[in-house]
Amino acid sequence: MRLRLPARRELVCQQAVELVTNYLEGALPPAARRRFERHLAGCEHCTEYLAQIRATIAVAGRIGPEDLTIDMRAAFSELYQSWRREELGD
Amino acid sequence: MTARHSARQPAQSDPDALLLARLRAGDEQAFILLVSRYRTAMLRLAAGYVPSQAVAEEVVQDAWLGFLRGLNRFEGRSSVRTWLFRILVNRARTAGSRERRSTAVADLTATVDSARFDASGGWASPPQPWTDLVEDRIVAQQMTDALAVAMGDLPDRQRAVVTLRDIDGLSSEEVCSVLEITEANQRVLLHRGRSRLRQLLESEFGRV
Repeated sequence: MRLRLPARRELVCQQAVELVTNYLEGALPPAARRRFERHLAGCEHCTEYLAQIRATIAVAGRIGPEDLTIDMRAAFSELYQSWRREELGD
Repeated sequence: MTARHSARQPAQSDPDALLLARLRAGDEQAFILLVSRYRTAMLRLAAGYVPSQAVAEEVVQDAWLGFLRGLNRFEGRSSVRTWLFRILVNRARTAGSRERRSTAVADLTATVDSARFDASGGWASPPQPWTDLVEDRIVAQQMTDALAVAMGDLPDRQRAVVTLRDIDGLSSEEVCSVLEITEANQRVLLHRGRSRLRQLLESEFGRV
């Protein structure tokens, strides 16, 4: 899909949302970063979009590791012991 | 006497450096702690390469054994988890190519449905708010559960990148090293994956 816009014009929303990850990753060159931030300053919807991406990351961060079950613990203990025997055997 | 640094110093601020030292000293408990820390992450990662949960479990076990066997060769040039995950990805790839997955999903999805923009590229159907709901403990848990499920539906490479970055907390450098992809590629996959997850949360929790 092509947006009919000269390169130097201000961003439109559909372009801005494509830059969100590069922005958060610090991967935008300074001029592009300023252009992106200028767009955000004047656009409540894209500001909301960025906030939602940040919130999505935060929610994902709560998906934690599950605790090892007793059975799992025993299985990995056995794995460790068999490795030890193998080491000593060498 | 001047203190000299060992050539085998652990990578700076590696959260697992202490456990690694204990493990090398023969401490089984340190191994179990490492396993509890990373087993779930490894399962999620392996699942992207192999056809079933059962095979993923096997690959994870196999990777831990490979990890133990390589203990003396690890020189700390990467973090412990990068090294561990690289072993895992190698094993998972091998296992995955033996049992080929038939469902190759294309990664080509737009960040936001183009129907939500007008002809000039502005929002026609702007994002519906939901971020304030994160404050509610019960709703936040529902969101977490929804994302955990949605992660499973992402295309494999997107899932691998998003889980390593956003769930397991690896840096972009670590992810590139584990998955052997470029920084630019990592960003594209991260972008698409996160965008899909955001859309899911908006669809389920956003309000007009």
